[in-house]
Order: sequence, then structure tokens, then C-alpha cells
Amino acid sequence: MQLALSPEDQAFREEMRTFFTTVVPEEIRTKVLEGHELSKEEIAGSMKLLDDHDLAVPHWPEEWGGRGWNDLQRHLYLEEMQAAGCPVPLAFNASMIGPVLAQFASQEMKERFLPKTKSCEIWWSQGFSEPDAGSDLASLRTSAVRDGDDWVVNGQKTWTTLGQYGDWIFTLVRTDPEVKKQAGISMLLIDMTSPGLTVRPIELIDGGHEVNEVWFEDVRVPGENLVGEPGQGWTMAKFLLGNERVGVAPVGATKHALARAKQLVGDRLREPLLAARVAELENELLALELTALRVVAHSADGEPHPASSVLKLKGTELQQAVTELLVDLAGPAGLASGTAEGALPDWVHRTVPTYLNYRKASIYGGSNEVQRQIIARTILGL
Amino acid sequence: MDFTYDDEQDALRDAVRGLLGKAYSDFEQRRQTCKADPGFSEQVWSQMAEMGLLGLPFSEEDGGVGAGPVEIAIVCQEIGRVIAPEPYLHAVVLAGGLVQACGTPEQRQDVLGALASGERLLAFAHDEPGSRWAPTASGVTAAQDGADPDGGGWTLTGTKEPVVQGARADQLVVSAALPDGGTGLFLVDAEATERTGYPTYDGGRAAQVTFDGTAATPLGEPGRDLAGSIATVQDIARIMAANTAVGAMETALRTTCGYLTSRKQFGVTLNTFQALTFRAADMYVSLELATSVVSWATMVLQTGDPARVRDAAARAGLQASRAGRHVGQEAIQLHGGIGMTAEYSVGSYTAVLTALDHLLGDGDHHLADLAATVGGHGAIDPLAVG
Repeated sequence: MQLALSPEDQAFREEMRTFFTTVVPEEIRTKVLEGHELSKEEIAGSMKLLDDHDLAVPHWPEEWGGRGWNDLQRHLYLEEMQAAGCPVPLAFNASMIGPVLAQFASQEMKERFLPKTKSCEIWWSQGFSEPDAGSDLASLRTSAVRDGDDWVVNGQKTWTTLGQYGDWIFTLVRTDPEVKKQAGISMLLIDMTSPGLTVRPIELIDGGHEVNEVWFEDVRVPGENLVGEPGQGWTMAKFLLGNERVGVAPVGATKHALARAKQLVGDRLREPLLAARVAELENELLALELTALRVVAHSADGEPHPASSVLKLKGTELQQAVTELLVDLAGPAGLASGTAEGALPDWVHRTVPTYLNYRKASIYGGSNEVQRQIIARTILGL
Repeated sequence: MDFTYDDEQDALRDAVRGLLGKAYSDFEQRRQTCKADPGFSEQVWSQMAEMGLLGLPFSEEDGGVGAGPVEIAIVCQEIGRVIAPEPYLHAVVLAGGLVQACGTPEQRQDVLGALASGERLLAFAHDEPGSRWAPTASGVTAAQDGADPDGGGWTLTGTKEPVVQGARADQLVVSAALPDGGTGLFLVDAEATERTGYPTYDGGRAAQVTFDGTAATPLGEPGRDLAGSIATVQDIARIMAANTAVGAMETALRTTCGYLTSRKQFGVTLNTFQALTFRAADMYVSLELATSVVSWATMVLQTGDPARVRDAAARAGLQASRAGRHVGQEAIQLHGGIGMTAEYSVGSYTAVLTALDHLLGDGDHHLADLAATVGGHGAIDPLAVG
């Protein structure tokens, strides 16, 4: 057992810190650190900048732009990125469809999509969930029917995050209604400018427009846009949702949010109850970060570490707890959510919308109840 | 950054597990051992001495093995797994640790050699009526007969309680208020004191120990305030108590999961009920998080920096306290009535977790320490070294 990073890992960490704090523009980093929303251009531009330095998709296969780093290096990269306030690469591109294409797609499809996915020239959206297929994703009903060389798609997807910016959408569609529900699912890539495809905003409890419904009415999709073979979609979905060990818990961002809360509150930190609440949160975050390190330091065989579910579960709870702390720090001033001007400190306006928005964290990516189910079944054998 | 054991550490763990598992993996054996005085097995204690476990932390010249914190943590985790009643934390980590930290070379060789060989049992007489977890003493006072030119002639007066294994101990390490202020440590022949022993709820033994002008030998330089050393050894023991708790929690959770998959009600095993399995999943989360912080604190201990060790001990203590209560309480609840019985193991695990929790400061105590300094730093970096 050894606490310190090896000299190589320490040097790697320094290199990452220097890059993120000097190459990424301070204006964007300040926006991220202060919790402001980024525009499409800012998110895509940041990913392009990272890609220009071969830092957008280090976890991809090296042939497609990956760096061949180990899990600890990827962890350090993500932590330093978040600590510096650098926008993380668009998850739909970097963590979701990119690895799936690299693993399952034909050579032609990889060449067509992966470079533009890596540089964010294509903004991907995710078309998985449906109104009647949430945690029970395999019961999805959006259908794709063969018509000549094309697929004709009908149905509805929902919770499509930032779908209003999407150029392409990767979808799970039912291509065979006759077989077992998992076996009849395929993955289809659909150009979001296709006739018959409509994106409709869903207004959320924080007043924002973050997610959308995506409707498909006789949308014609070229046969070549099917990833891999028909019926492989469920395998791909499981690969996409389950192969992640690094970056499962938003440690760096939550740590920064808590440190920032301490700065904002100033002398009030002398109040014993508040100090105790902050200290307990800090300790739980420390426990989370150390658990993440245990997972990344010892997962050489490519299998997801079972404790990944702990990271998702506890990571989102702590993320939410920090947003809740900020609401309490703002107190009555938090009511002024409809303005960014006025006599109140800048940060108070966003506290409650952020708190409300982050209730999503324990629901998406496999709700925390699904994580408990995974722990009970696969780890505890219950 | 490496959370794994090397080959020798694996071998140590297997050896300790073999020894203690043979003695106590049948819970009834542990129960019977705890019923009879002195509340632990003299035979197991001798075997631990033969294996070198009782001298593990001490240097070879003092009769020990010169092992590091990771090795001691391994022993503590294995003790926790079977809740072995042998007083390792109290005799070796606390009392022995103080002799190592404060004793003269002669004292170290004499006392630690005898402790390591199993020939002499030490107890740390520190807690006093009304005291909590301070590294200072006030209820026992030290006095020196000024006529003794050799620096001898020290006596102690007052009462210590509870002193773990105070009635069985051969020699006591006693904290006492010094005549010129501060807290000193003294070696006292246990026979020279008045002792009333009794069983404790965790299966162990404690005693009230009364000193009445009892002859005592200053540990280390006479008259020196050793509160700082006591605090540091307490921090080490906090981390080792947390390691013991991790071992106990692992078994409590494993036992609970075993019960959920075997006990039938309504014609089905209990793991059919999600209300129960989700609670077991939450126990696992608490255990994993505590394990991470405790392992980290053990590695911080390797750095030897008292200020960092103090911080790490508070953090590990807080996390282990919260997790120990959660896991211990739920282990009983998920068992139902059987968990309430002395015959079945999980209730005793909860009792031991409670004793460990209060040995050197509970969660709120550690939290108060951490809260007092929370404004003095930004985000915590667990990888920061030096």
C-alpha cells in the first residue's frame, strides 16, 4: 500500500493541470466554475480545443485518437479538468456513441463518423428512453421497418438532453417485434435534419430547456446507418451504459462546488451547525474520491468494477447535497431566480434552479434504485 | 497510489486469519471465551505472541518486529472479522505504543520485550470518571518526594475507570497530572493498586483502578508533559480501531446477506423482498466508503507526520463511526428477532462496533474537530503528500 502517486503519475498530473489552466481560456473556465450555463458553441469549441491537443477522447482505441492511458491516468485527467473548470467533452460523443462505434461499427462507418465525433463537428444526441421505456429500457417500442435498402422509423424518444443542438441521434429501435424483447433491438444512426423527425422541448422544474422529445414519423434512414448487425442494439446499449469505471462519480466538480460554497459563505462558516454540515460533506466526498481511486487503480481486466455502482449512487447523492447546501446558504435571496441583476450577490440567483435541476442526477444513467439492485444482486448475491 | 497488499502482507493476513479463524470462526467459541475471566483466551494471546503479532509495531532492538502501520492494520482487521476478544488495541497499540513513543531505551527493552513475548500484559489506565477523550489527566495526580536526588520517589493518587483489562494486566501505563502542570505517564505494577474488575458489554473486561500514594516510575524523562505523545498514540489507535471496525462490518454484512438468502418466510427466502435487499445494498455502500477512508488513513500513518495523522485519524474515525452504526443497527434489524439473541453473532458485532466507536472519540467528536478547521482549506486533495 502506498499513498503517493508514482513520479510518472505525479508528472502526468502536473502536465494535465498546466494544460487545463493555461491552454483552456479563462473566460470559459470561470463560467463553469461559477455554475453558468454554456452555449452550444462554447461546449463544442472546448471539445475541439481539447481534440486539437489530442485530449478529447483519451479512452478511445488509440487507432481512433485514444491515448492508451491507464484508468488512473484517465481519472487524473478528468479530475484536473474539472478542478480547472474546463468543460468536459460532450458525453454523447466522447463516452457514449464514440466507444460504441469503435467497438461495433464497420470500418466505413468508423471512418465516416469517428473523426467528426471526436472533434465535435457532429453533435450527437441520445435516443434511448421512451415514454413507456425508462428503467425498463428493453421494452422500447420505436420501430424500424425495412423498405428496400432503407429503414422506416416511427415512434417517440424522450429525455433527449440538448437535442435542440443535435446534428445526429443514435437510437435504439425495434427491428424485430417477433423475438425476445432484448433480441429485437438495433442501433440506428439518424440525421436529425431528416424529414419526419421533430424535436419538441420539455420544460423542466428549473424553468430551463435541457431535454426534449424526439418524434419520428415515417423517417427514412439509409440501411448503411445501422450499427453492426440487426439485433445487436441491446448488447451495444449495455456496453455503453456499463463499461465505464472512470468518471462515474462527479468527484472533481462536486469538490469544487463545495470549496466554492465555503468561499461564498465567508464568516458564517464559524456557525457550528453549518461548519459541521460542510465538514461532514467534505469527509463523504473524500470517501467517494478514495473509492473512485480504489476502483481505477485496480481494474486492469477491462471488467467494470462492482463498486462502480457505489460511485454512481453516492456520487449523485453528494452532488445533490452540495446543491442543497447552496440553497440553504442563499436563504430567502434564492427566491430571486428570475434575474441576474440587482442588489443580491451573483451566485444566489441560480441556487434553487440548480438544486431542482440536479434532482435528475439520481434518476439518469440507471436510477439509484437500479444501482441498489445491481449492488444487491451482483455484489451481495441477493 | 496503491491500495493493495504485497506478498508478505498477504501472507501475514492469511496467517492471522488462520490463527484467529481457528479460534473464533465458530461464534460459540468466542461466546464461551468471553464468558470466563479474563474474557479472552490466554492461549490465543500466546499464539499471537509466537507469531510476532504482539511485537509487530516495535523495533527489533526493543524486542519487536519493526513492522509498519499496514501490517498492524491487517492484524486489527482480522481481529475485527471474528471480533476476537484479545486486547490487542489496548495492550499493544495504546499501552505498548506509549512505551515505544515515550520510554527510555531501558524501559522500551524491558516493557516491550515482555509484552511482545506474551509474558506481561499491559493496560493503559487513562479514562477517568467525567473525562471523555482528552489526552490529559486530572483525576489521578502524581507527586514526587523531593528528597529523592535520583529523580525517583514518584507516587500516584486517584482513580481510573474504565481501564480495559485493568484487573488482568500485569503492568499499567498510567496518565497523571504532574505537580508542575501537564500530563505525565507512569509505569505501575498492577499488583500495587486496588482493582475491581467487571465484564463489559462487548464481551471484554474493564476495571476500576485506584491509586493511593502508589509507587510509580515515570515513563521517559521525569516531569515532562507527554500530552502531545498521548494524543499522537491515540490518533494511531483511532486508525487501528477503525481498521478493526472495517473487519467487523465486513462480517456483519456477510452474515446478514447469508441470512437473507437462507431464512424463509411466506414460503420464500428473505432476499425476495426488495425492502430488505436495498437496505443491504446501502450497508455495502457505507462499508465501501469507510474502507476507502480507513485504508487511506493507514497509508497517511506511514508518512509519520503527526499533523497529517491527526487529520486522517479524525476523518477515518468519523467515517467508521457513521458506517459502524449504520451497518451494526441494520444487521440486527434485517435478521429480526434472532439478531437480538446473545447466541447469534450479529448482535455481538454491533456491541463491538459500539465499543470501538467510543474508544477514542465518536463520530460527533471527530466532526467537531474537523468542523473547527473547515474554513482553513479549500478542496481536500487526498493525494497531496508532504
